[in-house]
Amino acid sequence: MGSTSEVNRRDLVKRAAALGILAVPAMGALSSCATGGGGGSDDGTKNKGATSARNPLGVKNGAPLEAFIFKGGLGDQYAKDAEADFNKTYGTTVKHTGTQQVGPKLQPRFAGGNPPDLIDNSGADHLDMNKLSAQGQLQDLTPLLDAPSMDDPKKKVRDTLYPSTIEKGKHKDTFDVFYYAFTVYGTWYSGKLLKDKGWAYPASFDDMITLCAEIKKAGIAPWTYPGKYPYYVHFNIFAQIAKIGGLDKWIAIDNLEPNAWTSNDAVKQVIGHYEELAAKGYFLEGSQGLTHIQAQTAWTRGKAAFIPNGSWVENEAAPTTPADFGMAVGPLFDGGSGDKMPHGTLRAEPSEPFIVAKGGKNPVGGMELLRIMLSKKHAQNFATKVKSLTSVQGATDGMQLSPGLSSAARAVKEGGKNLLMIQLQEWYPKLTDEKLGGLTSQLLTGDMKAADWIRKAQQYADETAKDSSVTKFHRGS
Amino acid sequence: MRHGKYRFIVGFLALPLLLYGVFVISPFVQAFQISTTEWSGLRGTAKSVGLDNYAKLLHSGEFWNALRHNVVMLVLVPIATLTLGLFFAFMLNVGGRARRGAVITGVRGASFYKFVYFFPQVISITIISVIWFNIYNPDPHDGMLNSLLGAVGLHSLQSSWLGAGSIALACIMVVMVWANVGFYVVLFSAAMASIPREIYEASLLDGANRFHTFFRITLPLLWDTVQTGWVYMGIIAMDAFALVQIMSVNMGGPAGATDVVPLRLYQTAFRDSQFGYAAAMGVAMLVVTLLFAVLTMRFARRERIEF
Repeated sequence: MGSTSEVNRRDLVKRAAALGILAVPAMGALSSCATGGGGGSDDGTKNKGATSARNPLGVKNGAPLEAFIFKGGLGDQYAKDAEADFNKTYGTTVKHTGTQQVGPKLQPRFAGGNPPDLIDNSGADHLDMNKLSAQGQLQDLTPLLDAPSMDDPKKKVRDTLYPSTIEKGKHKDTFDVFYYAFTVYGTWYSGKLLKDKGWAYPASFDDMITLCAEIKKAGIAPWTYPGKYPYYVHFNIFAQIAKIGGLDKWIAIDNLEPNAWTSNDAVKQVIGHYEELAAKGYFLEGSQGLTHIQAQTAWTRGKAAFIPNGSWVENEAAPTTPADFGMAVGPLFDGGSGDKMPHGTLRAEPSEPFIVAKGGKNPVGGMELLRIMLSKKHAQNFATKVKSLTSVQGATDGMQLSPGLSSAARAVKEGGKNLLMIQLQEWYPKLTDEKLGGLTSQLLTGDMKAADWIRKAQQYADETAKDSSVTKFHRGS
Repeated sequence: MRHGKYRFIVGFLALPLLLYGVFVISPFVQAFQISTTEWSGLRGTAKSVGLDNYAKLLHSGEFWNALRHNVVMLVLVPIATLTLGLFFAFMLNVGGRARRGAVITGVRGASFYKFVYFFPQVISITIISVIWFNIYNPDPHDGMLNSLLGAVGLHSLQSSWLGAGSIALACIMVVMVWANVGFYVVLFSAAMASIPREIYEASLLDGANRFHTFFRITLPLLWDTVQTGWVYMGIIAMDAFALVQIMSVNMGGPAGATDVVPLRLYQTAFRDSQFGYAAAMGVAMLVVTLLFAVLTMRFARRERIEF
């Protein structure tokens, strides 16, 4: 290459250094830096007006309100509908943002002390609520629970909810996260496929293994799962452990207690069952590389019979679901006669976390908007629009529901009091998604034995327990 | 005219320098400062913890695992990319058969090939990742690669690609090479175009074949360009964030088989809310990248040939 420039290297270096020297003083001109300034502390009474029967929380008329809604599988129209009602009642216009990037967009706003009021903190990129709560940046939502409900002033909001909504929304003793939706996790299948082939949804692990052999003979893969997101399999694994071994022993796992995994026989049985499924080749080939959409598509096209999933799947897989598919969800499987919880037990728990920022301009308005969303009208609107239940008990009674949703509602009814709630993934996502997820992906491809899974899971849980930089939570029994 | 030259230059450069200081240099310096705190990223205040984050980093198996993958990429990806780039550029510019009217030509259709090679450069890395993720789709009918292998009867080679821990990193490296080779083809083509034809003609008269002309003439005269390309490609390999984040299963999986430092940094900051610790990772990356650049410059230095 021709070098025609007269600038020699040494000269260049000198000039570059000079530039650097010049640039450094320029930094002195910086008045603010990335770590920003602290937000002032307050008790959430900013913009509080007079209370009345129609306005129990005391929302100030015309005060500004900002809502940040996750716009994923559920969209954000349901929130806009509630905002429209809020605007009418309080003579304001709610500033609405629908986004998939709640965390990255709001992290600087929290650090700068000017967060929005109501946040639907969902999706892969969500804010760390554990940290926010520990730092006292979340509004205590107890006033909302104690406020009269929209439909029946004699009933408090707390009495219209599934009890687990209140338990799950607590950090230590403060109720500061409102889970609006109610998700049913479990084994999803096509009612039509089972009926056509004359198969019955298995009641126990043994039945499952027997049925899998038949399904495989029929040229269909018994199971598929989204290997790109192995935590989908945990929906079933964790709940199955709680069902067979009892909730107390699961709570020990949630609390990261020593030997919680290794001393629980249910863990051995459940992980052993999955090892067997893998060894017998009961997973759709290539599942370990599929996204949730790809796995769901394989399932709706009849390539696989069962998939571990949550009740949002009906909305998400709608484009590929045949009209007569008969989407349905079944309860957890029995391990044996020693099970601590009866047949019909199901993991069904609040989801879609809404938070109100204490440092926002109008925390009271944020709570009031939630109260509007918890009315029967908006709970039903949510069910219709996104095919999901809400945390409002019985809101969908008497409605015409889509197949998957009605199956989920039925399973919840049959589960009765035996609805399981799992905190581990919410509290320690790095442990469950990354670490245990890595183990699970190896377990399901047959590259790892159940005994090793359990040993390493315990090791990772212990590491998390010892790591002082991770905020710890405790769940009482 | 000489006196006042510097005042003149400074007057023109003051504003850009100010901007550069505020938006480039100051974040750099702040990263060092943040890395000595336990800042969560969610509050305006942070406790200083000295060098604890660095101590934690040195003892973190995850970090070393991620760094190992980066180093593997740092070694293999530039070698593969530059070798292919050089080979293609040589074939397109010098490697053709002698045709009438010109002794030194590229292969037939060289300009078409140039366009094809360069094409991935025009597409954003995100789109490339999504395209390749779908090529690697493990489904034997929907996955492009698997259905292709099936169509030609190579069923035994079908694999879950990104889902298989042993080859997932290799799959991602292939995409990296594919996406970057076009740039080097164009870069080396430009450099080759500046090599005087007489040199080639003389060597051909002396009976040199393509192999000789490449290793005795082209490569030595291109050495400067290769060296620059090497550093640049190494920096790209140190990153790999977008590719891994979009393509890998379970964010750097299966079981950490494709984890890279920038992804670890991102997860630490945005999932675990440990911005201080993440900043320490960023500083560590800076050190590794600088080390790589310095070593490359040091060991690849040769006598400059004037022509």
